[in-house]
Amino acid sequence: MSPVVLNLIETILNGLMAGVMYSLVALGFVLIFKASGIFNFAQGVMALFAALTLVGLQTGQVPFAHLINAVLGTNLHSFGWTLPAFAAVIGTLLVMVLFAYLFEALVLKHLVNQEPIILFMATIGLAYFLEGFGDLMWGSDVKTMDVGIPSGGSFWWEDVTLGWVAEGSDYYGMYIDRLDVVAAVVAVVLVIVLTIFSQYTRMGRALRAVADDHQAALSVGISLRTIWVVVWSIAGFVALVAGIMWGSKSGVQFSLSLIALKALPVLILGGFTSIPGAIVGGLIIGVGEKLAEIYVGPMVGGAVENWFAYVVALAFLLFRPQGLFGERIIERV
Amino acid sequence: MRLKTTLATAAIATVMGVAPAMADLVFPGLSYRTGPYAPNGIPFADGYADYMTLINERDGGLEGVKIKLIECETGYNTEKGVECYESTKGEGSLIYQPLSTGITYQLIPKATADNIPVHSMGYGRTSAADGTVFPWIFNYPATYWDGASIAINHILDLEGGNINGKKISLVYHNSAYGKEPIRTLEELGKKHGYQLTLYPVDHPGQEQKATWLQIRRDRPDYVLMWGWGVMNSVAVQEAANIRFPMDHFIGVWWSGSENDVLPAGDGANGYKALALANPGSDYPIYADLKKYVHDAGKAAGDGSHAGEVLYNRGMYAALLAVEAARKAMEIHNTKDLTPAMIRDGMEALEITNETMTNLGLPDFGPEFKVTCANHGGSGLGKVQQWDASAKEWKVITDWIAADREVIDALIKEDAEAYAKENNITPRTCE
Repeated sequence: MSPVVLNLIETILNGLMAGVMYSLVALGFVLIFKASGIFNFAQGVMALFAALTLVGLQTGQVPFAHLINAVLGTNLHSFGWTLPAFAAVIGTLLVMVLFAYLFEALVLKHLVNQEPIILFMATIGLAYFLEGFGDLMWGSDVKTMDVGIPSGGSFWWEDVTLGWVAEGSDYYGMYIDRLDVVAAVVAVVLVIVLTIFSQYTRMGRALRAVADDHQAALSVGISLRTIWVVVWSIAGFVALVAGIMWGSKSGVQFSLSLIALKALPVLILGGFTSIPGAIVGGLIIGVGEKLAEIYVGPMVGGAVENWFAYVVALAFLLFRPQGLFGERIIERV
Repeated sequence: MRLKTTLATAAIATVMGVAPAMADLVFPGLSYRTGPYAPNGIPFADGYADYMTLINERDGGLEGVKIKLIECETGYNTEKGVECYESTKGEGSLIYQPLSTGITYQLIPKATADNIPVHSMGYGRTSAADGTVFPWIFNYPATYWDGASIAINHILDLEGGNINGKKISLVYHNSAYGKEPIRTLEELGKKHGYQLTLYPVDHPGQEQKATWLQIRRDRPDYVLMWGWGVMNSVAVQEAANIRFPMDHFIGVWWSGSENDVLPAGDGANGYKALALANPGSDYPIYADLKKYVHDAGKAAGDGSHAGEVLYNRGMYAALLAVEAARKAMEIHNTKDLTPAMIRDGMEALEITNETMTNLGLPDFGPEFKVTCANHGGSGLGKVQQWDASAKEWKVITDWIAADREVIDALIKEDAEAYAKENNITPRTCE
């Protein structure tokens, strides 16, 4: 096979993998929007907060150490222990559930029946609050995420693909990052788990009922407040997964909250209410931007992938405003 | 009535407490302790503040005059930076350290009109090194263009003086900052015969897969980086992922902090970066910092950044500001300084090894002399290399000089163009 073709395949494969990483963020948006009609501006910050909490718990960091030291004059930094990754993940999940409960009790409960824009504004407030709270709790240093996920190119895959070209060709084998492969597997498992939860559990059915019609769900005895806590907890779990993957890639730092920007074109394309849409949208955006960067970028000076993703999304918006898998909006007048 | 009197007294006392005493030396610090770039902004701001505190606590101020540091949070946002400038310039501010190329660009006309000096140390507009066109802007001890040339000179050293036909790539932050070295690298490419390839990365640089796939295919001999924030750590990680030889990957001094390499773990081993000053805390001044600032509970942060690259840089920036003020006192024979006097002090600043030794930082930074015409200093830099097992930077070269023949010509050309665009008549320096 020609190296040119193999390079094209490599670009598409890496685009698909990058798309999965975007989908992981987009999934959190979809879950909350589906269940409550809220566009959660804070999803990116939730991923950051979850990742900070995970690393903090794992490394035995004292939360609010800076504040405590400033007030009490102590010199606390670490508990002196390290937790295994699994225990830290469980601990972080509990924190995210607590966060969901508190957000429902302190904010959402008081905004029932408000316009969606009010709820959206509340999530903007939440984003800024959570970013500052995360800073206060865990500090703003760059932290290393180490939960045992392998990273770096796969030698095995390089060797396999090296055999696909004629000997003496200027080709070095196909590159695939092992972290991206793990992320793809995790995303598949996540979608399966979420689908099973949504289709086959009592809570999942209640969640879908609320998503379909709040008033009708309330009339048959489904507690909206419980559903919101559950949904925000699940979104917290998805944020944790996204935080782990992105944190392993770049270290845990406050720019992690900006990964939400990568999810927006995915949502526009896949639709705000579809879990498969988030996945397929991510894949299309991932492949599209990588192809654009590598094959169009050099002709126009490069750095096209960020805005190209939005161009793709906008093009879809023109033809399918509800996204690929979104529910069609029909209004009779 | 008694309550009103008490409140009024308290209010007056508060106002008096906030307002600076006449003779205070006011140094504003445009810092960023929040937002995506906070991990880099905090150590710099801590180093800057701690040095000022040290001068106050250990020496009772500069020549007996207390220093007042006014921090203003910019979030590394240009608009906020300009707001900070506007809100602090009336407080008697003597010298600005904007800590952002974008903010510096905005402040160049403003500070020039207000007659307040700006020190963009190792960043900002490179041609501001021409003091005849930019009388209020300084960027010593070295500029971005010096940095580009120092990196190429280091590569020349490694390649035995011949890089004709070599492929050198630049991965850069797609902003005014990141684009700064391009012209210099192009000019040096003409001189030395290497082939330059450019890879822009958009803010924030969290996703660089496509860039590094291209680098993997193009196989450059060396990769240079002009990055900031998360872009640096992602680039180092991606370079390690594609198994690019890390000792052939060289970042500018803003791509060479601990934050940039720690997330990549062992993969970052061997990565190189330029250095404006030495890393580490093995200097006599640190004993004083510990005694008078950190242990006394007067540090700006928790002290955990002491000795880090960016902490040292912040401390160095403060030291240069203080020394300029000292020089200004000497020249004008007064302790009641104005921004114009500080500017005179900056233009007469001479940093020698003896000066640095006396200040507790022997062999820390380069020797340099600022003049009316040369605001860029000596343009010297070192190369440091990351040792992942020891988790520390190791300086691997002596001071490397930039190619003055190329750089000075570029500075002159750009400064002249700026003067023409803005109807500035360059002043005469004698």
